[in-house]
Amino acid sequence: MSKDPVVASVETLQARARMLAVIRGFFSERSVLEVETPLLCSSTTSELHIESFCAEDNSSGAGGFLQTSPESCMKRLLAAGSGAIYQICKAFRAGEAGRLHNPEFSMLEWYRPDLGYHGLMDEVGDLLRLILQLKSQRRISYGDAFRRYAGIDPFDISLAGLRKEAEKHGLSGATDREQCLDFLLSLKVQPALGAGLTFIYDFPAAQAAMARVRPGSPAVAERFEAYVDGVELANGYRELIDPVEQESRMWADLERRAAAGIAPVPMDEKLLAALRAGLPECSGVALGLDRLMMLATDSDSLASVISFSYEQA
Amino acid sequence: MARYSTNEFKSGLKLMIDGDPCAIIENEFVKPGKGQAFCRVKLRNLKNSRVLERTYKSGESVEAADVMDLDLQYLYADGEECHFMDTSSYEQYAASEAAVGDTRKWIKEEDMCIVTLWNGAPLAVAAPNFVELEVTDTDPGLRGDTASGATKPATVETGAVIRVPLFVEIGERLKIDTRTGEYVSRVKD
Repeated sequence: MSKDPVVASVETLQARARMLAVIRGFFSERSVLEVETPLLCSSTTSELHIESFCAEDNSSGAGGFLQTSPESCMKRLLAAGSGAIYQICKAFRAGEAGRLHNPEFSMLEWYRPDLGYHGLMDEVGDLLRLILQLKSQRRISYGDAFRRYAGIDPFDISLAGLRKEAEKHGLSGATDREQCLDFLLSLKVQPALGAGLTFIYDFPAAQAAMARVRPGSPAVAERFEAYVDGVELANGYRELIDPVEQESRMWADLERRAAAGIAPVPMDEKLLAALRAGLPECSGVALGLDRLMMLATDSDSLASVISFSYEQA
Repeated sequence: MARYSTNEFKSGLKLMIDGDPCAIIENEFVKPGKGQAFCRVKLRNLKNSRVLERTYKSGESVEAADVMDLDLQYLYADGEECHFMDTSSYEQYAASEAAVGDTRKWIKEEDMCIVTLWNGAPLAVAAPNFVELEVTDTDPGLRGDTASGATKPATVETGAVIRVPLFVEIGERLKIDTRTGEYVSRVKD
């Protein structure tokens, strides 16, 4: 092996291979089917804050998008009757580079037709306990987490109050509600979560992404995020199965992208067709494997657990 | 005025923050999976050295500070200002007492210094990390006492007073670390 200092150590590569074996064993025991879906796709996510890479045929220019997650293709398999499935794959997100981000990263994503999103949190905890020494495990709602760690009610507070709060903590030019909440979640709530596994669940409806919204006062997205030692590790949903609602969210995303001056993306018609054919009631979650590896080896950046980081690839 | 986008942020980059020139010390990319990406930066105000923190939305841009570092030779002080020269262009720069600050007590004529210019005028002057200065006054030396670790004050040629080991004598040249103001060693000619 080379002595190249930018390469993950042999011990880290071995630990990663062991981790993947543990994950495959976990799902095999629970009869969840391993699948592979295309990385190169004709459409991509419409989400405002996730940017895709385009891959082109070097001579003809024909091409597609590198997936930002396998969600769309896996839902098409679920609609086709696959039953519970999981996938270990690469995902790509343009512009995301830093200590906890690499534009190309490894993802574990799985779907459970027979579980609610709290049941899926249980399963995420079961899997993580096989890989990490977890000091504690708890669940706290998004509202309670903000009340406790940021001292505000994220559902009640006015936009002016929220902006003032964000500016107080150093955000320049805070504009909309979700930006202020994302900022306070990252800078105030997340660092205060402490050691161990914390699930934050029931997000504001505006942050539903592809999760079901539960009506109520306030209405909340049936979505959760898992944090270990303050590091965001997984994001899960009780999946939206209504094709009409899904299509209207995509159009709303496209309008927000246009308003923000971000490149448009084609509508994911294949996903919409699968939802119209019938996606079973299910919950799904995506988990960052490089971050999991980082936590398992007590490292402080993704670059030290990836064979070659983006700058070295 | 030039502006830098957050994706160009890196340590050392000079930005204008609240009207003052600042240098980035640390830059961290922060992003909730589905949410807005931010750049969290720690900066040093180049006028008063205070450290501050700011967070910018990814893609935002910030005004660049017209700041550059030059290696200049210290020529002389005229009572109000210290004068420096670019040894290749012979261009001269006058630095105020505030810009030179504590650096003044470590430098002597002909020393090379790093002068930070803001809009073309000296904003700060950094002495070389190590300087060699002659002792002009100190209590008589205690020969042979190289182990006790005890120290005494000594005045060097620039007027600075530092703590030195007991064996140091008037007329000896000392190597001094200007970042800590501490004695490093004697310099043998």
